[in-house]
Parts: sequence; C-alpha cells; structure tokens
Amino acid sequence: MDLTLLMYLIPSLIMFGCGVYGFITRKNMIAMLISLELMLNSADINFVVFNRYLFPAQHEGMFFTLFAIAIAAAETAVAIAIIINVYRIAKNVDINKITKMKF
Amino acid sequence: MDYSQFLMMPQEIGLLVVFLLVFLYDTFMPEKSHKGLPLFATIVFGIFMICGFCPVQDGMAFGDMFESNKATWAMKNILNIGMFIVLLQSVKWANSDFVAIRRGEFYELMLLTLFGMYLMISGRHFLVFVIGLETASLPLATLVAFEKKYYESHEAAAKYVLTAVFSSAIMLMGLSFVYGLTGTLYFNDIATMIVGDKSLLLIVALAFLISGVGYKLSLVPFHLWTADVYQGAPTMVTSYLSVISKGSAAFAFFVIMVQVFGAAYAPIWEWMLYAVIIITITVGNLFAIRQRNLKRFLAFSSISQAGYIMLGVISANHVGMASMMYYILVYIFSNLAAFGVIAVIERKTGKVTTDDYNGLFKTNPWLAFVMMLAMFSLGGIPPFAGFFSKFFIFLGAAQTGSVAIYVLVLIALINTIISLYYYLLVVKAMFIRQDECAIPAFKSHWTEKAGLIICTLGIILIGLVSCIYTSLSDITSSLTSMFSMI
Repeated sequence: MDLTLLMYLIPSLIMFGCGVYGFITRKNMIAMLISLELMLNSADINFVVFNRYLFPAQHEGMFFTLFAIAIAAAETAVAIAIIINVYRIAKNVDINKITKMKF
Repeated sequence: MDYSQFLMMPQEIGLLVVFLLVFLYDTFMPEKSHKGLPLFATIVFGIFMICGFCPVQDGMAFGDMFESNKATWAMKNILNIGMFIVLLQSVKWANSDFVAIRRGEFYELMLLTLFGMYLMISGRHFLVFVIGLETASLPLATLVAFEKKYYESHEAAAKYVLTAVFSSAIMLMGLSFVYGLTGTLYFNDIATMIVGDKSLLLIVALAFLISGVGYKLSLVPFHLWTADVYQGAPTMVTSYLSVISKGSAAFAFFVIMVQVFGAAYAPIWEWMLYAVIIITITVGNLFAIRQRNLKRFLAFSSISQAGYIMLGVISANHVGMASMMYYILVYIFSNLAAFGVIAVIERKTGKVTTDDYNGLFKTNPWLAFVMMLAMFSLGGIPPFAGFFSKFFIFLGAAQTGSVAIYVLVLIALINTIISLYYYLLVVKAMFIRQDECAIPAFKSHWTEKAGLIICTLGIILIGLVSCIYTSLSDITSSLTSMFSMI
C-alpha cells in the first residue's frame, strides 16, 4: 500500500489537537510540557511531509525541521529548569496551586 | 563562501562584540572589580549605540535571507536607545548584593535577547525569523525568574515560558501550512506565490501566525500572561519586556503582514486584525482602571498601547510604518520614565501600589514630576510627545480612506479619553491626595537620575523636534518593494 500525503497529515493534526487538549486540561506542569512537545513535533512532521511529497526538489522543510527540533530542545530545557525552581520554592508543580498573582 | 557579506550586518557584529567584552569582563576580571561590571556594560553599550548611528549600506546577504535597509537600521537604533536607558537604570539594582553572583548573566542575557530581536527585524526568511523570535523570548524567561528568592518571580517565569512555548508551537504550525501552500519560506517568494489565493489553508495559516506573534505583542485574546509576568518579574526586566520586546515584535509583524502577506490584506487579515485591535484597546483600558498595583496597571496600559501600535500595521502604507516606528520611539521614552520611577521607589521602599504614592509630590517633587510627564505622554496630552505619536498613527490609519478604518480610529479616540481617566488617577494620587505616611524623601543614584533625565528630555523634545518624524517618513517612503503587494 502506498502511503499518501493525507496519511501523514491526519495523524499529525490529531497529535496537534491532543497537544492543545492536554495543555488546557492537564494540571501538572510537566504534563503540560509534554503536551507542548506533541504540538511542536506535529508541526515538524508537517514540514517534513510537505517537503517530501509536494516539493521534493529542495530540502527547505527538512532544514527547518532540524532547527525547530533544536529550538524545541532549548525551550524544554529552560522550561524544566524553571519548573524545578518553582518546585523548590512552592513544593509542588500543580498549576492550580500556583495562583498567587491573579487578575 | 563569501565572507564579505558579514559586512552587511555591522550592527549585529557590533552587538556581539559588546556581548563578548561583557562576557570576558565577567569571566576573567578579579572578584573585587565585579562591582564595576554594570557600569562597564552600560558604557560599552553606549559607545556601540552612538556608533550605530553611522549609516549602513542597503542590500541583502546570505542568499537573500537577511536584509539591511534604512528602515531596519532606524528600528535597530530606536531599540538601542531604549536598551541603553534600561541598562542605565539597572546599574544600581544590579550592584546590590542580592544579585551578586548573577550580575554578569543579567547583562549577557539582555544583550543576547537584543541580538535575537535584530534577527527578527532583519530576517527575510522564516527560519531566521523563528530563530530570532526564540532567541528573543527564551532568555527573557530566565530573566523573569531572576529574583531567585521571590516566589512571584518564579510563578511569573513558569507562566511566561509555558505560554511562550505554546504560542511558538502554534506559530510553527501556521508556518508549516504556509510552507505546504507555497513550497518556500523566503519572504519575497511567498509574497508572489499567494497572489489571488483565498484558500482556507491560507486563512488558517494566517490565523495561527497572528496568534503566535500576537502573543509576543500581548494583543488581547493572547494577553493573559502579561499582567502576571509584568508583576512578578524584576522591574528592570518588566520595563525591557514592555518596550523593547514589544517594539521589535511590532516591527517584525509589520514586515511579515505587509511584505509577505500583502496580497491577502483585503480578503483575509484586515478583518482579523480589525477585530483584534478593537478588543485589545478596549479590554486593555477597562482592565487597567481596576488595577491598584502600578506594575499590573502599566501592564494593562501597555496592552492597550499595543493596540494603538497595531493601527500602524492595519493602515499598511508608508505613513503607517513611519508613525508606528515613531510611536515605538515615543512609547520607549514614556514607559521607561514611568518604570524608572517605579523601580527607584520600589528599590528604596518596596512599595508599588497607587495608594503608596499619595502625597509623593510633597516629599519627592522631581520623581512625581517625571511620573506626571510619563502619564501625560502615555495618555496623549498635547505638548508632550505622546500626543504627536497618537496623532500620526491616527493619520496613517485614516489615509487608507475606507469607512471601516475611520470607525476604528473613532473607537481608538474614544478609548484615549477612557485611558486619560486612569492615567490621571496616578497623577491625582501624587499631587492632590495627602497622606500622613507618604514615602519619605530620598536621593536616587546618579545613573537612575541620568536615565530619568534622558526620558524626560525625550518626552518633551521628540514631539517638538519635527525632523525626527520627517526623517522616519523619508526612510519609509523610499521602501518601494515593501508595499508593492498591498
């Protein structure tokens, strides 16, 4: 069976939706970060698939994906560091309990 | 590879040299001379800022990925001025023992974020733009968490970094749709590929892109992080976030919207931005009225100011571009004056609410005077620069000539009147109300005084020295390729 463009795009969109859903519903900050990774990775899949199927002559999408992966790794590192700091000072990572500043 | 194209980016290279000098000072100077680091960084950056006014040559570099022209040159100089004032005002704060071991990091991260903003402004390929955006926002997350012992600082940083990554993921998704539609990420190529295109994919892509950049600009549906982050972050970082970060994002947003998606202006994004501007100005104003903490108050005021800046984008002509850059310049001076006063008082007494400022004029007349000028300028009262910037930005929007934009300008005008109410509340607290336990008289450090004097001169003079707006207008009217797609 030949794999078509849609067979990649639909899982990637489902991944993106799961990421958005997880980011909104999860209470644990680490789980929110995992949801964010899902969203970033689905964008990466889109780039690679569009490149492979629609514009195979150049590799612009592939290069963009490489940079996007590196940027995502940096974002995760910074976010984890900040979450660890929050844990040290507040003793939890529950987003519902980090509400000292509101409105 | 032709290394001579690095000469196309003299300002970026100059900034990297400043960064390296600060880094070497931080690493190799003996422990006891570290107190001199803030002043050293400020002076080196000041020299760099003055050198930056030398004209640069126009042209493209790195296979058309990077553009240097008069507009990017002027915008970078405007950001340099703001950055210099922030550095000047933060000297005393960075010298306190509280930030002793992290003193160098503060300056290095600040300079790196400025480098990212340069890339955002000059990038003519979405890869360069995304790298610039992330370089500008990630170090800022660590700067927000800089006050290590304060819980609020960490809470603000957690909120900032999570929403930053969320918005950049949404923006990357939008970019992937743009790539799927056109097969390229070069600004100029996309602009020609989407002519006459009204497909759903382009609409979704533009909506995603506007939300991603709108987060950086804190436009209203994406503004929820702003007040919390502004309140929790150290005041110096807050002032940096509110002017420099916002100004660079506004300029990059203008370039993307007008140069890249200019062909989709009337069918697609004019109406998206129209709705966003109305709710941004209104919600920002209405929420600012009920704030008692001055940093939160200025956060909401900066949200509504971002709405005014977006008026320049929706007008999409060269008057709009010139007035937007002029607005950012004036906004830098007025907002940094307000934050400068808040930072001085917070450092001396730790008080940040409006009620604490009761009777400030009796005890600290000069600080109250500068604060009053800043509030008048932000509100747009005639002799000060804020009036002229609002005037030009309304003029640019009105020049598009459509009735809908006239209605938008009218709504913005009504909101200006609303905003006067809460700006004058602060002035009333300082000048009219009396208080037994007003903030006692104190002397501020000379660097803080110098920063406030520069801001005051800027507020008074920029509106009256008309050659500033004229030269900006000349620069933008010479950019013909920018507006060819509208």
